[in-house]
Amino acid sequence: MKINRLGIVAISLAAVGALTLSGCAAGTEKAAAPKGDSKAIITTNGSEPQNPLIPTNTAETGGGKVVTSVFAGLVSYTGKGELENEVAKSIESDDAKNWTVTLEDGWKFSNDEPVTAKSFVDAWNYGALFSNAQGSSYFFDDIAGFSYDADSELTGLKVIDDKTFTVELVAPEADWPLRLGYAAYSPLPEVAFEDMAAFGENPIGNGPYMLKGEGAWEHDVKIDLVTNPAYDGVRKPANGGLSIVFYDTQDAAYADVQGGNLDVLDAVPDSAFETYEADFPERSVNQPAAIFQALNMPYYLKHWSGKEGELRRAAISMSIDRQEITDVIFQGTRTPATDFTSPVIDGYSDKLKGAEVLEYNEKEAKKLWAEADDISPYTGTFDIAYNADGGHQAWVDAVANSIKNTLGIKAVGKAYPTFAAALDDRDAKKLTGATRAGWQADYPSLFNFLAPLYQTGAGSNKEGYSSAEFDGLLKEGSSASSVEEATAKYQEAQEVLLKDLPTLPLWYSNVTGVWADTVDNVVFGWDSVPLYTDITKK
Amino acid sequence: MLWYTGKRLLQMIPVFFGATFLIYFMVFSLPGDPIAALYGDRTPSPGVIAQIRAQYYLDQPLLVQYFHYMVGFLQGDLGTTYSGRPVADVMASAFPVTARLAMLALLFEAVAGILVGLIAGLRKGKFFDTSALVVSLLLISVPTFVIGFVMQFVFGVQLGWARTTVSGEAPLNELILPALVLASVSFAYIVRLTRASVSDNLNADFVRTATAKGLSRPRVVTVHVLRNSLVPVVTFLGVDLGSLMVGAIVTEGIFNINGVGGTVYKAIKLGEGPTVVSFIAVMVVIFVLANLLVDLLYAALDPRIRYAK
Repeated sequence: MKINRLGIVAISLAAVGALTLSGCAAGTEKAAAPKGDSKAIITTNGSEPQNPLIPTNTAETGGGKVVTSVFAGLVSYTGKGELENEVAKSIESDDAKNWTVTLEDGWKFSNDEPVTAKSFVDAWNYGALFSNAQGSSYFFDDIAGFSYDADSELTGLKVIDDKTFTVELVAPEADWPLRLGYAAYSPLPEVAFEDMAAFGENPIGNGPYMLKGEGAWEHDVKIDLVTNPAYDGVRKPANGGLSIVFYDTQDAAYADVQGGNLDVLDAVPDSAFETYEADFPERSVNQPAAIFQALNMPYYLKHWSGKEGELRRAAISMSIDRQEITDVIFQGTRTPATDFTSPVIDGYSDKLKGAEVLEYNEKEAKKLWAEADDISPYTGTFDIAYNADGGHQAWVDAVANSIKNTLGIKAVGKAYPTFAAALDDRDAKKLTGATRAGWQADYPSLFNFLAPLYQTGAGSNKEGYSSAEFDGLLKEGSSASSVEEATAKYQEAQEVLLKDLPTLPLWYSNVTGVWADTVDNVVFGWDSVPLYTDITKK
Repeated sequence: MLWYTGKRLLQMIPVFFGATFLIYFMVFSLPGDPIAALYGDRTPSPGVIAQIRAQYYLDQPLLVQYFHYMVGFLQGDLGTTYSGRPVADVMASAFPVTARLAMLALLFEAVAGILVGLIAGLRKGKFFDTSALVVSLLLISVPTFVIGFVMQFVFGVQLGWARTTVSGEAPLNELILPALVLASVSFAYIVRLTRASVSDNLNADFVRTATAKGLSRPRVVTVHVLRNSLVPVVTFLGVDLGSLMVGAIVTEGIFNINGVGGTVYKAIKLGEGPTVVSFIAVMVVIFVLANLLVDLLYAALDPRIRYAK
């Protein structure tokens, strides 16, 4: 396997001159013969996909689990978030703007149609086209020809021959190949374009698994996957298939693992946080995931802007005892934040300049708050908006209490009935205090934690943070010629954020999972999903 | 009798339109843009959101939305969910499961409840009666989710007698445990209703007459006491049938049953107008029919009640 593994560091080959991202031929060396029953079906928890299973319209976890199992893109991620070539033989560029993608021979969809350059170019064009209204269309916005408000072809994509296509980006991006393991970049067979809705019900892919016949997706119940004999990539399954059972509550799923009806559960319910390690000795996991949670600060309101706001934001941040809240409320299933990304991402750092603002410091917090009061006294109530249907109340109240007890100001949680209602007030700029925020990475890169959230005008930068310094560093990072250089720039960009504090990093969510004694080799990946293909059943 | 039934059925029409419009209005008034909420923090481009909103008429005023729904409804099209699935398909998968669960629960609570209530009523003040009262009080005061979790843990996880959750096909044997949980509270009410009613009727004149006529004790109890005592119980069962049929969110959640309650709950959270309204419309019909059935049963049970023109 090692020979196929292509670390993110591979991009640093660029130092030699040309930017190169290429690995050894995928599938030339097989993993050691798996132990256990290679016909056995692994059962795991999931949720009803929100949309038909079209890769460019599947952004949520329920459908994402299926799509990444059924499709294989140019590259895929290892459990540690490193890149491995799947369909790609090489992805190369001289200037980080014009890329040439060469495909490996022999790849087929499960209907025997060969995977060609056209399969990718057509799929990406479909996903990007305005009138197709695909949720992930913005993933293609850096390819030449993309438009957000009219139908236009991605003119930057050109098929050279069956096995080669070129990509012209709008601007140079050294780490562009990093994102290609995300499901939205999957290829589609020709049959998909005849009737996309029908295809979404019974998708045909080139991934390690395929649907177990027509109607394998029983809505609201489960979806049955079996190994795809046509697949010969780096994620070759060691089992016979995957049955993803949909649960409305994690409690029911947990009871099913206990009762022997479910093999693997990737989200322990809150109610079992105290007991899961005892219930499943040696068969549980609690490790950081690529999920970042924070409080967005109202830096555009009176008292919260300018020099006064800077002091207050820092004071609030230092008055939150992150360690105690993660220990008491979350039973250690969260890890206090030291940056704006996640410990599972290459380039994560707990030594950023200015990170001490994320540590609990009662004295300093009081001092800064008093300094701010000297500028203009604060008499209001500091509220933290959250959606009441997401299980956030306990920690929001704890954070509010921590602020209240440290600074001696009024601080409360402000519940909205649903996420939609909270979004409404946020978009209407009617918020009066902080808002809870969360971000889960689509692909393992610092850039994915920073650009969509804090870049001027970015899609998920809802509160309108804008910093020329931050934007500049981000740009320098994305056009840097080596990963080390890019990482350094991204870390510097985060130091700008630590100074401005448009959002207060709180903690990283851990992935907590348990599995039954019927299965072995359960390892959770950087994206908090178990590496299903490696799981073996006794 | 026929005339009466017909009149009652005709009354359903205004009830149906009123209820659906009211529900549509309520879903419409829910705060927030349901489409933006679908994607959470991963916001698609505004152009994409606008197109999806237009597809579901969410950019239109309430009356236009309701009109589109009704036009479709009259042509037999109930609209689609936000995942593009026809609402009719969702109903076809959820209602049979809930119906099976409801019938099973109704069977348990009716048979066991009436039996225990009858014995308790006949032996008023004795040990059986007192224990029945204590047990029923306990069942009424403990919330369903506690009973559900305890039964699931004991019978599903520890003893392994039943499956912890119900599989997709929801066969009857897997539904026994959830049906018992669902029936538990109503069972307690039925025991108490039957007991009170039976003990009242035991002292009634017609029972004394029947006994004086020389009828055997079993005949007096079954035909005269029990039959007359069932009127309030049947009323309760009818209403309960309605509430069981519209689903039980808590029990369905614990046992992961893909039924009506959970589906409607999810649809309300998503702000999915067509799904909520279609389901509620069916629920309204079920309630009206259940009440009609109860009214007709009165006539059968109590000879004093007759439906004239």
